[in-house]
Amino acid sequence: MHELSLSGAVLNTVVKHAGDRRVSLVSLRVGRLRQVVPDTLEFYFEFVARGTLCEGARLELEVVEASLRCEECELEWEIEIPAFRCPTCGGAEVAVATGNEFEVESIEVEEAACIAQK
Amino acid sequence: MHRTKVRIVEDALDANNTIAQANRADFDRAGVTVVNFMSAPGAGKTSLLERVVGDVPQVRVGVLEGDVQGSMDAERLAGLHVPVTQLNTDPSFGGECHLDANMVRSALPELPLQEIDMLVIENVGNLVCPAEFKVGEDVRVMVSSVTEGEDKPLKYPLMFRTCDLVLVNKIDLLPHLDYDLDRFLYNVDQVNPAAERLLVSARTGAGIDAWRDWLSDVAARSREGAIA
Repeated sequence: MHELSLSGAVLNTVVKHAGDRRVSLVSLRVGRLRQVVPDTLEFYFEFVARGTLCEGARLELEVVEASLRCEECELEWEIEIPAFRCPTCGGAEVAVATGNEFEVESIEVEEAACIAQK
Repeated sequence: MHRTKVRIVEDALDANNTIAQANRADFDRAGVTVVNFMSAPGAGKTSLLERVVGDVPQVRVGVLEGDVQGSMDAERLAGLHVPVTQLNTDPSFGGECHLDANMVRSALPELPLQEIDMLVIENVGNLVCPAEFKVGEDVRVMVSSVTEGEDKPLKYPLMFRTCDLVLVNKIDLLPHLDYDLDRFLYNVDQVNPAAERLLVSARTGAGIDAWRDWLSDVAARSREGAIA
C-alpha cells in the first residue's frame, strides 16, 4: 500500500525537475531494504501520473543490493537476510552502505527542436 | 522533437524529510519532545498509552491520534484528561496507511503545544508504511506483541531498524503460546542491536513503570538537547 504514497513522491520529484517538458522515462534506484514491490510501484505510478507531464512515462527500476559497513573494523559485506551485526568483530555500530536508496536517478524528457538550428 | 536525459539523483522522499525537519524545528521551539509510536494493528498501542500518559513524572503528555477513520482511540484517551487531537487520514478514498510529515504539519495549529512537554503521535497500525515516513519525531517507539510471532523483526526490518525502543507487549500471554521470546530478542538484536527493549503487559501492568520511566528519561534527554 505504501507504493501509492511512494509513487506520488516520485511523481512530485520528477515534475519539479521536468520544467514544462513531457517525461517519457523515469529511472529510479530502489534499495533492497526499502520493501518496495516494483510491480506495485509501476502500477500506482501509471495511475498517479495521469493528467501530468509524466502521463504514459515508463518507470524503470534499478534494484540496489543491500550492503553494510562495520564502523569498528571497516568490513563491508552484502546481506541477503536482515542481520545487522558485523560477522567478524560482532560490532553493533554498523552503517547501511547501500540498500536504502529511493532516488530518482534520471529522467528522459521531450524537448522541442533547438531554436538555434533555425 | 527529441529526447534528452536529465540526471537528477534526488531522494524521492526529500520533500517529506524537509517538512519533517520543519515540524521538528517547530516542536523544538515549543520545547516539546515528540515520540512516533508505531505497531501492527491490535498490538496494544492505545492500551499502553492509557497506562502511562496521565502520570509521567514532571512531563505533561499530549497525544496526536492517527487513524484511517473514526475517533475511538481518541475517546478512550480523552478520559485520562490529557489533550488528545484526532487526525484522520481518509480525505478521499481508502485512506492513507500511515502518517506523513505533511499530515502532521496540517494538525500543528490544533495542537496545544504550550500546554504539553511531550507529544506522542500514535501512527496508523501498520508495520510497513509508517517506517518510511518521518513526521518530525525525536524518537521512534514500536510495539510488537507476542501474539505476532518471533519472526517479525526479520520480516519488517525497516520498522525494527529505525526504532529506538521496542515494547514487547502481552507478555502475560506467554504461558499460553509457543512464542520463543529469546528468539524474538535475538532477531531484534540482529536487525537493530542498538534498540532498547522492554517487556510489558498493558493488561497486568507488568513493565509499565519501566515504560513510563523511559518516556520521562527521553523528555529529560531531549530538554538537554542530547537527542540527535
